[in-house]
Amino acid sequence: MSKENNTIYWRGYEELSNDLEFVKNSEKEFNMPSEEEKNAAPDRRDFLKVMGFSVAAVSLAACEAPVKHAIPFLNKPEEYDPSIANYYASSFFDGGDYCSILVKTREGRPIKIEGNKLSSVTGGGTSVKTQASVLGLYDNNRFKNPRKGNADIEWSALDAEVKVALDAAKASGQTIYLVSGTNISPASNAAIASFIAAFGNVKHVQYDAYSAHGLLEACKEATGLRALPSYDFSKSKVVVSFGADFLGTWLSSTEYSRQFAKTRRVGPKNKEMSKLYAFESLMSQTGANADYRSSIRPSEKGLVMAALYNEIASATGAARLNSPAPKNNKWIKQAAQDLIAHRGSGLVVDGSNDKNLQKLALQINQMLGNLGSTVSFAAPSYIKKGDDAAMGGFVDALASGSAAAVMFMDCNPIYDHPRGAEIKASIGKTALSLSFAYAPDETSASCKLVAPNHYFLEAWGDAEPRKDCFSLVQPAISPIYKTRQAEESLMTWAGISGSYFDFVKGYWKTNLYPKQKLGYSNFKDFWNYSLHDGVFEVNGVNPRAVQNTVSAGDTTAIVSVPVVATSSLPEPNFSLSLSGLDAQITDSYKGGAAGFDLVVYEKVGMGSGAQANNPWLQEFPDPVTRACWENYLVIPMSLAKELGIKVTEGTTTKVTLKVGGKSVQVPALVQPGQQSNTLGIAIGFGRTETGKTGKGVGANVYPLIKLEGGVLNYSIANATVEKSTDEHRVAHVQTHHTVMGRPVIQETTLARYAKDEKDGRYFPKITTPNGEEPAKNFSLWFSDEVERAPNEMAKGPNKRPNHMWSMVVDLNTCFGCGACVMACTAENNVPVVGKEEVLNRREMHWIRIDRYYKSDMSKAKAEESGVGTIDMYGQMEVPSDDPEVVFQPLMCQHCNNAPCETVCPVLATTHSSEGLNQMTYNRCIGTRYCANNCPYKVRRFNWFSYPENSEFDYNVNNNLGKMVLNPDVTVRARGVMEKCSMCVQRIQEGKLYAKKESRRPVDGEIITACAQACPSEAITFGDMSNKESNIFKLLSEHKDGRAYTLLEEINTNPSIVYLTKVRNKA
Amino acid sequence: MNQRLTSQFVRFSFSLLFSLGLSASGFGQADTSSKAVSAAPAASTAAAPAAGSGDPAAGEGIFKANCKSCHAIGEQVIGPALKDAHKRWPSKAAMANFIKYPQKTIDGGNAYAKGLYDKYKQYMPNHDFLQPADIDNVIAYIVRESENPTAAAPVAGANAAVAGSSTSEDDSSGLLAPVIGILLMTLVVVIILLVVVINLVSKILGNKQEELNEDDLDQIEGKIDWSVLFNHPLFKGVVAFVFVVIIGKTVFDQVYAVGIQQGYAPDQPIAFSHKLHAGMYEIDCNYCHTGVNRGKSATIPAANTCLNCHNVIKTESPEIKKIWRAVEKNQPIKWVRIHNLPDLAYFNHAQHVKVGGIECQKCHGPVQEMEVVQQFSPLTMGWCINCHRETVVKSGGNAYYDKMVEIHQTKYGTGKMKVEDIGGLECSKCHY
Repeated sequence: MSKENNTIYWRGYEELSNDLEFVKNSEKEFNMPSEEEKNAAPDRRDFLKVMGFSVAAVSLAACEAPVKHAIPFLNKPEEYDPSIANYYASSFFDGGDYCSILVKTREGRPIKIEGNKLSSVTGGGTSVKTQASVLGLYDNNRFKNPRKGNADIEWSALDAEVKVALDAAKASGQTIYLVSGTNISPASNAAIASFIAAFGNVKHVQYDAYSAHGLLEACKEATGLRALPSYDFSKSKVVVSFGADFLGTWLSSTEYSRQFAKTRRVGPKNKEMSKLYAFESLMSQTGANADYRSSIRPSEKGLVMAALYNEIASATGAARLNSPAPKNNKWIKQAAQDLIAHRGSGLVVDGSNDKNLQKLALQINQMLGNLGSTVSFAAPSYIKKGDDAAMGGFVDALASGSAAAVMFMDCNPIYDHPRGAEIKASIGKTALSLSFAYAPDETSASCKLVAPNHYFLEAWGDAEPRKDCFSLVQPAISPIYKTRQAEESLMTWAGISGSYFDFVKGYWKTNLYPKQKLGYSNFKDFWNYSLHDGVFEVNGVNPRAVQNTVSAGDTTAIVSVPVVATSSLPEPNFSLSLSGLDAQITDSYKGGAAGFDLVVYEKVGMGSGAQANNPWLQEFPDPVTRACWENYLVIPMSLAKELGIKVTEGTTTKVTLKVGGKSVQVPALVQPGQQSNTLGIAIGFGRTETGKTGKGVGANVYPLIKLEGGVLNYSIANATVEKSTDEHRVAHVQTHHTVMGRPVIQETTLARYAKDEKDGRYFPKITTPNGEEPAKNFSLWFSDEVERAPNEMAKGPNKRPNHMWSMVVDLNTCFGCGACVMACTAENNVPVVGKEEVLNRREMHWIRIDRYYKSDMSKAKAEESGVGTIDMYGQMEVPSDDPEVVFQPLMCQHCNNAPCETVCPVLATTHSSEGLNQMTYNRCIGTRYCANNCPYKVRRFNWFSYPENSEFDYNVNNNLGKMVLNPDVTVRARGVMEKCSMCVQRIQEGKLYAKKESRRPVDGEIITACAQACPSEAITFGDMSNKESNIFKLLSEHKDGRAYTLLEEINTNPSIVYLTKVRNKA
Repeated sequence: MNQRLTSQFVRFSFSLLFSLGLSASGFGQADTSSKAVSAAPAASTAAAPAAGSGDPAAGEGIFKANCKSCHAIGEQVIGPALKDAHKRWPSKAAMANFIKYPQKTIDGGNAYAKGLYDKYKQYMPNHDFLQPADIDNVIAYIVRESENPTAAAPVAGANAAVAGSSTSEDDSSGLLAPVIGILLMTLVVVIILLVVVINLVSKILGNKQEELNEDDLDQIEGKIDWSVLFNHPLFKGVVAFVFVVIIGKTVFDQVYAVGIQQGYAPDQPIAFSHKLHAGMYEIDCNYCHTGVNRGKSATIPAANTCLNCHNVIKTESPEIKKIWRAVEKNQPIKWVRIHNLPDLAYFNHAQHVKVGGIECQKCHGPVQEMEVVQQFSPLTMGWCINCHRETVVKSGGNAYYDKMVEIHQTKYGTGKMKVEDIGGLECSKCHY
């Protein structure tokens, strides 16, 4: 807990309750062996083991060194040099999460995914799922051959069987169903269209595991076009979100994070920023980043939205809705006033799947004149197209036996649709059931045939996430197994000759090449450059006309990003009728009913659960709850008290959740920020047919989703909770690695910042005989060293003339998504340790995003309201229902006066002349003094050897999974310490590129994995000794304002500088 | 152990004799070699724009990079010997055109070019990437070499570099062991002398027994009670100490040598001779080890690189047939890896060769004299660090280093800096 700055921050309820168990463990850096483990005296078997080991060691030492081979190419491809990475532009798409990417390959293996700056959609940002997706390629569990039942068959046999069934279906006139997730690929849709043309009676049904049907239908009613609007958060001054987690999981959140971050940067030259209101039922990332947050009951949501509508309608003179006022109308008036004051630059978004609420949100935007500016239909977004009604129709047809054949493409409805059980029961009624899954899933397990698709990194394809913004998918590796692209399979059965690659190219030639205005004189150039860039944007700018590239082999260094001029495109007519809406809303949002409201939500890491077998994603802690390796019921504190559930050290109790006649048993986790009648649980867990990693982790809650008139409703009323007697431990990481109550979070509000740039900053002072003096005047270290800190360098002397690598983290634009955590895992071969070891506080992530809740009581408030000191501290420890949240990425601070360096007995951790705190694994003997002396708790110890260890049966325990390892980074052995290296391998590589070309590195050319991955550009990395660099300019701007280093009073002088959090409040 | 000590002793004696007198010249050599190293690429990159006439010095570099793998001046390699080639061509323009587009020239009906094709049955690849000035320079080089051939210099230069490095290595290889050796030798000599003297004295005295008194007789005839000596704690202590020291040293040496494969020269699947290719035919290392200027690995050439030449040369050799077999079976050749750095150490060839301008021979030894390649250097960390301490950064012409050169100039009065001066000894330069 942190009690400086007059406010108190806390990281979990455990901390406030001060349980003995928690206090005992919280101050320990390492979880020591238990008493049991300690008391186990060596017995005869241990003795024999030691003996055996010594004999083996001696005999091994006597052996000759093993002969190693070097195997060159037979015929070396021209573009390829061993040890030099090649980047291939491609696209990632999974359940609405779209990213234009560059795939980094080494020795022919994709090892890392980076954002593609040339895309105007994602602009170089990536999401957690995108970063993790590279590991899916090396999933040992993938299909290696086509299958019939449980037997591997040949493609020819499969083709023959499918052809017979399809021909029979065609002859009988019965319907063939092709079920898929949202398909954003124009070429793929064209291939499907040709398949449909060949067989005639084919229905292509698209559905989304997390549906946007309501929004799509509302848009269709308003514009006649069933497509999502493009939101532009960068133009917004006021954003009101009703449970739309646009910074985490809602629609194209990677894109929105980047846009929204643009409105959140404040500095001496720009003292304005957007204002975010969040009305939501569960604490989401968006709510956590909101300036004003109100937790509302899901069953009251419609009334809250109607209240906002009415406020605005009163001001604009439009007709009011006749609906009862909500019980909780916190911030409604103020939000309405702000929206009215910023007409044309406000934005109201709703995250529900209720068409009525979506219509209301669209109408509010229409009334405020936001259409065409922050909400646009001119270039609609295609990332969700799922039709709940069509999907329901399919399930009915399947059940009635009227479907002759069914094929599942990029989807797993038996698992991720509420009617999955019905599909499973009736799938046997069709003559042909086939899945294109690349790895076993619940649906493929029930299908007669499996025609395994390529993984997307092996495939050709394209994507159109937004109208006229195209991107290509190209293989970065040849197919590992005998798989075949789903589209190619469809083409084969439809009798279309040629490869799917030719098909895609042909599609681009006939359909996209005529649209291009980029100045390419022939298709070959157009195709090659589009493939190189990864994107083709009809209204974009040719990157070659504006680009300012350095030929460093790193295409990420392209500076200018073409901007699509959407405003120049015509907006379609928009008209909505709200008649009868108030009655419907009043009917479905009664509010105040007894019982609990359950919200089924999506996690930023796991998403729909398609990547559940990915150990990186399983170990990725949720940004808000900070728990990993399963899902759990998030319950409010009041319910926990009522049921007598105590969460201590991750130990909690399982509860039985009953809703709509279905029940699941899940652990309960107390979460602030939700009303006393609200519960939440995440989808994406409880897979039954997948690899070892994902199987049986958590509970599947898709069946709990309510179907209302065929539409999926994610908030369900009348849930009940019963406490069970089962104790359960949730792998919860937030209370690990404590900060010992020091002021690591410094924040202010915009109004105060405008008056004083230093507001919210903490300046530690030390009392001396001559009065108080700044703490930094007293140092154990030489003053010369002090001047080497980046914050000081921005003020004057430059003590590291060659390079001074530093990083600035803007707490205002860090939304806590965790893409950096995943990028770091992939880049630095960070091992997965599993749930047990996370519970033992031994997780290995080099960068973590701490999440702090803020207490309502503060010293200032106490003074104002005349609360006494004792009462004040007492109230500080009362958890607030709607706490403010701060995210803080924390990695090695690369202190210029590093406490770890001074205590290492073997000099395994030292400082480089470029400002890096170096960790030398081969020198480390594992005393762990460094970690004990680290004030930031960022060092990680290898308690075990994680690779080749059957106790940690994750990706590095098999030869295929090891392919993802970055060959430039050592795989650490047991018994050594490790930590963030500031991606020294990338620094060295970048410097070498520069040296080879006899020049200095260009700013932006060398960038760490975390900074590269960040969708909101919250992390700025660069060279402080280069006065032209962005980081130098940024720090020069903030050096006397928002820039602060952690624990300034101990004079460690970190190279990581934080910018204070500024909330847009009075 | 014995070998080691003797070799150290021999090395020591040599170094003792020569180091004082020669160390200065040894360092001198190292210096000149590094100068030579930095000068050579500079010459090859400097393009002399003298139109028409051409600059033979510039041409030499181009010739070596592009022509030498198939042509020599004085003898036929893959293509004809180029001595007086300029005289055989009707005009210089025709010759230049042929260099640029050989196949076009031959197919175009040029009589001399056609004659060449009939003789060699092979097209030379196009050299359209060469600028006209480059071709002029190459021709100028051929003219110069035809008129007054110069001896090949770079190999000698490389040898000098190697010699320089090995002497300097000996200087630093620890003075303690040789000193102990010398002391031991002196001790042995003294003991032998003492024994001889005692024997002599005993003999002389034994001849005059009657002149001696009881005590003296006791001294001469009395048996020494060895058990007293053997049981003496001091003796035991000394023996134990010597034993422990010897065992300790042996163990240390053995353990230290684990993983050091200096001299490792395994049999390779194909009996490729560097002596023939790099030595006799002077084929540039870069021609086959193409990665050396680009990335971490110098790379072992792909089979197609071998067959560039060997589809016409020595095609009947059983060793060459192995390459063909590999290509036909689509099974890459499994060479035995000689240099095995541990995974924890990062080494990048491009940094050392392209940026640092280090000759290959500096680390790999006189490869051009090796029939079977062996590991020349110990590849220990001490060996790396030592070189980083001694080597002057090749900062000339590389703008990356300008900033540091300037700082060194103002601070120390010289722009020359060693690798260690700019952070070359820091851990994370090689370990991450």
